[in-house]
Amino acid sequence: MTDQSKISAQDLSIFYGANRAVKNVSMEIRENRVTALIGPSGCGKSTFLRALNRMNDIIPSVRAEGRVFLDGQDIYAPRVDVIDVRRRVGMVFQKSNPFPKSIFENVAYGLRINGVRSRKVIEQQVEKSLRGAALWDEVKDRLQTSALAMSGGQQQRLCIARALAIEPEVLLMDEPASALDPIATQKIEELIHDLKRDYTIVIVTHNMQQAARVSDFTGFFLMGELIEVDETGTIFTKPTRKQTEDYITGRFG
Amino acid sequence: MSTPIKLELGGAASGSLRRMQNRMFLCLTGAAALTLLVPLFGILGYLVTRGIGAINLDFFISLPKPVGETGGGVANAIVGSLMVIVMAGAAAIPCGVLASVYICEFAPGSRFSSIIRFVCDMLNSTPSIILGIFAYGMVVLRMGHFSALAGAFALFVMMTPVVVRATEEILRTVPNSIREASVGLGGTRWQTVWHVVLPAARSGIVTGVFLALARVGGETAPLLFTAFGNQFWNLDPRQPINTLPVQIYKFATSPYADWHRQAWAAALLLVIMIAVISSTVRALTARR
Repeated sequence: MTDQSKISAQDLSIFYGANRAVKNVSMEIRENRVTALIGPSGCGKSTFLRALNRMNDIIPSVRAEGRVFLDGQDIYAPRVDVIDVRRRVGMVFQKSNPFPKSIFENVAYGLRINGVRSRKVIEQQVEKSLRGAALWDEVKDRLQTSALAMSGGQQQRLCIARALAIEPEVLLMDEPASALDPIATQKIEELIHDLKRDYTIVIVTHNMQQAARVSDFTGFFLMGELIEVDETGTIFTKPTRKQTEDYITGRFG
Repeated sequence: MSTPIKLELGGAASGSLRRMQNRMFLCLTGAAALTLLVPLFGILGYLVTRGIGAINLDFFISLPKPVGETGGGVANAIVGSLMVIVMAGAAAIPCGVLASVYICEFAPGSRFSSIIRFVCDMLNSTPSIILGIFAYGMVVLRMGHFSALAGAFALFVMMTPVVVRATEEILRTVPNSIREASVGLGGTRWQTVWHVVLPAARSGIVTGVFLALARVGGETAPLLFTAFGNQFWNLDPRQPINTLPVQIYKFATSPYADWHRQAWAAALLLVIMIAVISSTVRALTARR
């Protein structure tokens, strides 16, 4: 494995009040690769994912211990600008969450709040992002219509376009296709495949076939612990740990 | 092997009993709803029959006449009421909405936020005459005389907690997912509030604010010893000012038949103004 590490979590624990949801997880996320996080519901994989751009900060009772390095810089260090972290590490959520604004304004939002004023730059970037999310041809004639009028699959790709618009380095995806039909899911998966040329991607999924299809590396979580992480092929064919094998063969979970 | 249980669903007796029960509650709930309408239409009918006779152009453009003279109007009270309400609203709306944004968006779940919520509930259930006495002590005594400002202050104290609570209810209905989307794109709390949360909540907040305005617009008690009243024109907020509710009170408690008619007319006008505000707001916000 010669791939360079983009994110490195070291001894990371996350608490919901007194309950420790993620327990001493250490994990490398490799640059320009897709890393899938799998495991049964409540195993801490989503919480871990949200810790990688400090999204958990906005939930009052959540506390993190340990370190997460992004390009060698600890994002939990005292003087780190959390806004800057989130700009570099974008996020796509389980349920598509477009703003109640036009398609154009949804994608332009990240640019506007980050101080981009030029209309020309914004227009170019919106088109580029929508193309990047394989949505441009479907929406180019109705950019000013409400995003809420789109189909579920389109909304989710819009959310991906919105995340791409500010050109993050890492894209975190929390079960991005779990609410979509098979065709929309396939589009998202193809998109993930295309995106890894330019982005480092971490995806949480309940769907093991999906993890096998889209990812290069897979981490298996159980009860807040990272049981095993390896190349996806290895995890799905000859896992080292008994729990991993039990889970991927469907014996529990 | 167990014997299968025989379910006896929809037997004739139980069926008719359930239908009767259903009909009984239909009547009972309907009667309760009707009971509600009786006082409402009673008030409206009474106001119209008693008040309509005294409403004419003069009523809107003239000052109250001294005892013994017939005619006259409540023009100064209409303008005074609007002035006091606008002043109170101009302070209470931003203050209430911003406080609500603080407790819902910036510091949800903090101790300070729950104290604010509690204080708002306390103020909301405080009799309005007490708010009037408070404004009397805070403003009237300091200024040395009654004033429109004192009245506006009393209404401000009354209106702010209503706006806080109404806005809070609306902010809660904004889905958390779009807040996360904005924060996830590197938005600050304030950018999230300003560009995402408030636009999504706008129509609800507008409704809440206007209902609060309509509510304080009909208040008499807080104005009795603050704005006090005035038989003459006044546009100076530092001077006592006439308002519709107080004018109604003065007309109605007088011994003169002519003033009683004017009280009915002014009451009708006040109810119509509040009804117009409420229904306009409803119509405007329903279209979104």
